Amino acid sequence: MINNTSTTTYPDYWKKPPFIKRSWLRWTIIIGSILYLIAALLSMDINIQRVLEGIPRGQRFIESFFPPNFSDNRGVVWEGILESVWMAIISTVAGIALSIPIGLGAARNLAPLWIYMTCRFIIAASRTFPEIILAIFAVKLFGFGPFAGFIALSLGTIGFFAKLLAEDIENSSPAQAEAVKATGANWFQWINYAIQPQVMPRMIGLSVYRLDINFRESAVVGIVGGGGIGATLNTAFSRYEFDTAAAILFVIIAIVMVLEYASGHLRKWVQ
Amino acid sequence: MVVIKNQNELIWRKRTTQQQWINWFFWLIGISIVLLAWKIISDKTIWFFVQDAPRQAADIGSRMVPPKWSYALELFKPVWDTINIATLGTVIAMIIAVPVAFCAARNTTPHSSVRIVALFIIVASRSVNSLIWALMLVFILGPGVLAGTVAIGLRSIGFCAKLIYESIEEIDSNQVEAVKATGASNLQQMIYGIIPQVLPTIAGVGIYRWDINIRESTILGLVGAGGIGLQLNGSINTLAWTQVSTILLVILATVFVSEWVSAKVRGAII
Repeated sequence: MINNTSTTTYPDYWKKPPFIKRSWLRWTIIIGSILYLIAALLSMDINIQRVLEGIPRGQRFIESFFPPNFSDNRGVVWEGILESVWMAIISTVAGIALSIPIGLGAARNLAPLWIYMTCRFIIAASRTFPEIILAIFAVKLFGFGPFAGFIALSLGTIGFFAKLLAEDIENSSPAQAEAVKATGANWFQWINYAIQPQVMPRMIGLSVYRLDINFRESAVVGIVGGGGIGATLNTAFSRYEFDTAAAILFVIIAIVMVLEYASGHLRKWVQ
Repeated sequence: MVVIKNQNELIWRKRTTQQQWINWFFWLIGISIVLLAWKIISDKTIWFFVQDAPRQAADIGSRMVPPKWSYALELFKPVWDTINIATLGTVIAMIIAVPVAFCAARNTTPHSSVRIVALFIIVASRSVNSLIWALMLVFILGPGVLAGTVAIGLRSIGFCAKLIYESIEEIDSNQVEAVKATGASNLQQMIYGIIPQVLPTIAGVGIYRWDINIRESTILGLVGAGGIGLQLNGSINTLAWTQVSTILLVILATVFVSEWVSAKVRGAII
């Protein structure tokens, strides 16, 4: 015997639950972002005329990219690339050498409070300003050339590497550290045998990653006078030698791809 | 790890002798490369300027204080522009990055050749710095906020798409299969099986990139692409050091606030 009225009624359709569950918050965010978009777009004063003019110009611009001119008459492309590579290597090494003491100091489980605060402040200061602003000041202080770029990239490396190193040390297992300490190891032995093996695999991966970043950044510090391929690129753009500029961009992309591939393999090999 | 027996004593060592030699050999190569790099850079350096640097630093430092506070009021519009460049750039990037990520992820890509194209887009966008994108776009679109916004957008596609496609590859396939078992089409599987799993990542990546973009958009003005970098460049070129320090403090404050906002929002999502 079937009694229709007493069975529980299921809804005959289902709706996906919204991403933000509180409806007032959802509507506030939606309306707020629409208002913001309108305000932002209105204040951008886009010059449609200029953009339309720019489209054929952009077409010609891209056409003049091809074929890329790798062997330009002044031979500056390869020189610039090499200078960038050397700059990236030396600034990564110097940056990491500076980051290690700062990173150790910024780990709360190793350092007393005042060292911790000082090191965290250095990291925050280095992270706030993009490499290019550091480079502007380095060029003012040290003159044009790769040395200024080297200083800027090294300082930029500190913020990145020391922060991640400190976080990794803070997350490392305290049991291993305690075990090594129990054998009577001194502070350096303790760091070398208890902390370093735990953080090393990730740090090697990160140093290759940072080398990759420093190489890419070395392409822009040149724009403000910091040497490297950026200086060549900027000159190429200013001289309207777009085929040379295209060659430089392609070489940068190729090197970054190689570095990315290499860092993946290196990380697997280390772990 | 080896234990060497020396008469009656057992000595523990981390590596065998051969491993130790290989290790030292790699260190030798590494150090040689670094020294070579240092030699090349130092040959191109004019050391007189470097020795002069502390005096220069003291000089510029003394010219930068006190910051010209009244100038900060003129910076409202540039800061607003900077935030707009970062926000709209991130929006553009996310709109393009999500489909690119779906094409690049092994489990959702329509075809392996599409995947290669998507991966190339990701690498190309990531390898070219936003300042270089801006340099090119100023040629095409003319100087201004628009060029900066598009530059930030193009630069961010690779970053966002990379993180999103990695998270798409890590989704739980059981949920997708369950949706498929109800007779859902490919599109429905995507909407009901995959997207809910990666939505928190997409939102998190967007917020994270927005935070980075705020920093990056402060410098786009150097090549004429709008934002506070324009004022910074102008002030440095006219040697108005008190204005420079004001701008740096304003940038510091903006970055600090954006980092706080991004941390709060990400905390709320995850």
